[in-house]
Amino acid sequence: MNNILETHHIIKQYAEHRALDDVSLSVPKGCIFGLLGPNGAGKTSLIRIINQITAPDSGEVILDGERLNPNHIRRIGYLPEERGLYKKMKVGEQLLYLAQLKGLTEKQAMEKLKIWFVKFDIKTWWTKNVEDLSKGMQQKVQFVATVMHEPDLIILDEPFSGFDPINANLIKDEILELRDKGKTIIFSTHRMESVEELCDNIALINRSHKVLDGPKQAIKEQFKTHTYHVEYQGTLDTLSPAFAVLKTRPTDDGFMRADIKIPPDAAVNELIRHLLDRVAVRSFGENIPSMNDIFIQAVGEVPTT
Amino acid sequence: MNTIFLIIKREYMVRVRKKSFIIMTILGPVLIFGFYAIIGWAAVSSINQKKIAVVDESGRFVNQFKNDDETLYSYPKQSLAEAKKSFVKEGYNALVFIPKDVIEQPKTVKIFAEKSVSLALQSNIERAIGKEIETIKLEEAGITQKVIQDAKVNVDAQTISLSDEGEKNNNGIATTIISGFCALLIYISVLIYGTQVMRGVMEEKTNRIVEVIISSVKPFQLMLGKIIGVALVGLTQFMLWIVLTIGLMTIGSKIISQPKETAQTQMAARMNGMPGGQEVQSKMSTAKNPVADVMAAIETLPLTLIVSCFLFYFLGGYLLYSALFGAVGAAVDNETETQQFMFPIMMPIIAAIAFAQIAVRDPDGPLAFWTSMIPFTSPVVMMVRIPFGVPAWELALSMALLVLGFVGTTWLAARIYRVGILMYGKKVTFRELSKWVFYKG
Repeated sequence: MNNILETHHIIKQYAEHRALDDVSLSVPKGCIFGLLGPNGAGKTSLIRIINQITAPDSGEVILDGERLNPNHIRRIGYLPEERGLYKKMKVGEQLLYLAQLKGLTEKQAMEKLKIWFVKFDIKTWWTKNVEDLSKGMQQKVQFVATVMHEPDLIILDEPFSGFDPINANLIKDEILELRDKGKTIIFSTHRMESVEELCDNIALINRSHKVLDGPKQAIKEQFKTHTYHVEYQGTLDTLSPAFAVLKTRPTDDGFMRADIKIPPDAAVNELIRHLLDRVAVRSFGENIPSMNDIFIQAVGEVPTT
Repeated sequence: MNTIFLIIKREYMVRVRKKSFIIMTILGPVLIFGFYAIIGWAAVSSINQKKIAVVDESGRFVNQFKNDDETLYSYPKQSLAEAKKSFVKEGYNALVFIPKDVIEQPKTVKIFAEKSVSLALQSNIERAIGKEIETIKLEEAGITQKVIQDAKVNVDAQTISLSDEGEKNNNGIATTIISGFCALLIYISVLIYGTQVMRGVMEEKTNRIVEVIISSVKPFQLMLGKIIGVALVGLTQFMLWIVLTIGLMTIGSKIISQPKETAQTQMAARMNGMPGGQEVQSKMSTAKNPVADVMAAIETLPLTLIVSCFLFYFLGGYLLYSALFGAVGAAVDNETETQQFMFPIMMPIIAAIAFAQIAVRDPDGPLAFWTSMIPFTSPVVMMVRIPFGVPAWELALSMALLVLGFVGTTWLAARIYRVGILMYGKKVTFRELSKWVFYKG
């Protein structure tokens, strides 16, 4: 089984609103999977179903080859977007409690927590009340709570919101490390730059429907516009009938920049040859669509951050 | 099952370790005991306090004033001038002077005192002298002491309840006190612990931790764990109160009874030296202490039944209401929104207190019967009826209905709870709530 998680034809209906309509996804083992979509698209509904917080009206969820069941709770770690901890409880006690709810014994939980407290250098926090910690510190504690029971599937809903850049980097490194250990991370976000940076696979949900999914590179390939950009000196009004110059504009430092579209079956070398004949080329490259572009194109609106 | 135990443990430990819990647990019995102690102390201290010398020139009032808990009269054979001189030395609080011609001119009686005399004492003395003069005048008119005594009929009915165990000495006042106390305690504790459940649920919701928790446990387990945890806190508090109160009472009554005994023996010694002292003393020992009277009456009540029923009805009533309070906590976003939902929940329990007042007066009436069957009012009303005696089948039926009642409210609350805890920023109406009940998983 190559997929840690599969959802088949999930439908979730709330009173007069259908939150998920026939959503099927597969999340390969050991990848970072970006779950994208505008607000209210149904991401949280899907995540809640995977966490067994709610049940779908129809369809099924398969975790590592088995139909989702209560024993899977231990194998999933969940960091909700709306996060929080018991404010009046000590950090150590609270983490022990949450770990035990996930099925660890107190002794196991203690051992795992010690490692994390050393790793994050937060040993002095153990006896502090959560309310005495700063927001960033609380987020760190919450991250520990999510991963301490070593789940195979980690679901992070907007994991970087509320972190300063230093802590965000720390968490980013942790996510990559967990992936390298063979864990799978699903992460739901609006922030396309972190998707660009971290995700191996993505799925895009819009208005309760899955509109797009697959490996990030494949999707980028799919959204390629077959345009190239060139910076040059000289004039480039007409090229050849095969290559259309879309637009030209001056750059800040006195060069010109042009976008050129080529037919799907044309060779890029041919274009370069044409260019070399006409202008002094400074740089040349393919226009790869950013995740942001893809998001806008697929959803038809700008992602809100 | 293991997870629900973990939740119960956390809910319990967090609350029991709170300062407010510890303070309330200690303060409760101290307040009760303190109240008791003040009454006891006042009773004891007053025995030594008022010593009154009676200088009686008429010779008619010697040993005619009755000694009681507050006052001790003595009759020195001195003239007024001599008595005034020895007044301070002898440690008298007041000196009553009765002139020879008191019967003809009753207004010539004088009371001397170092400080001003209390109105109560003054009126006591006036009443005693007035009564005596009345008796003397009646006798002079030819009516004998015996006729006067016969005319004073003292009616002090003892209530005796007839039960299978035969006649038992009983005391209506004690029963009323106990039943009222139990009902009030149930009312207060259901409200206090019910709101604690509501606050706990709201805390989890507003802290946003609830989503983390219910990714590990079922919402129903979380709700039930909280309800049971808080119930155990309540029971712990009651147990500690009972233990502490009994402890304090035992220690306290020893401390109080000691000076009382010495005072009585001192008094007895002094009275032995006086004519008529023996008689007064024997009267005193037969006179009953009203507190002891009530205590004795309480002992005749079926205490084990009352205590076990109290615990059952506390638990039942609490479970019934706390589930509803929990549902309210889940439905709202903040404290101010709770008001509209609290009201319909509070209505029946407030009504129960009103019904309880009727039930005290008529414990077997139809209103008392029906309200002690309906689960929403039965915890309070039934507790009122139990000390008066309730047929076994009525008790069994009421208990069964209460169990059904809280199973029902818990089911209903769980349906609202699981939707409510994940619903943010939405102003909820009753219509909305009723929709939640029918949502699927």
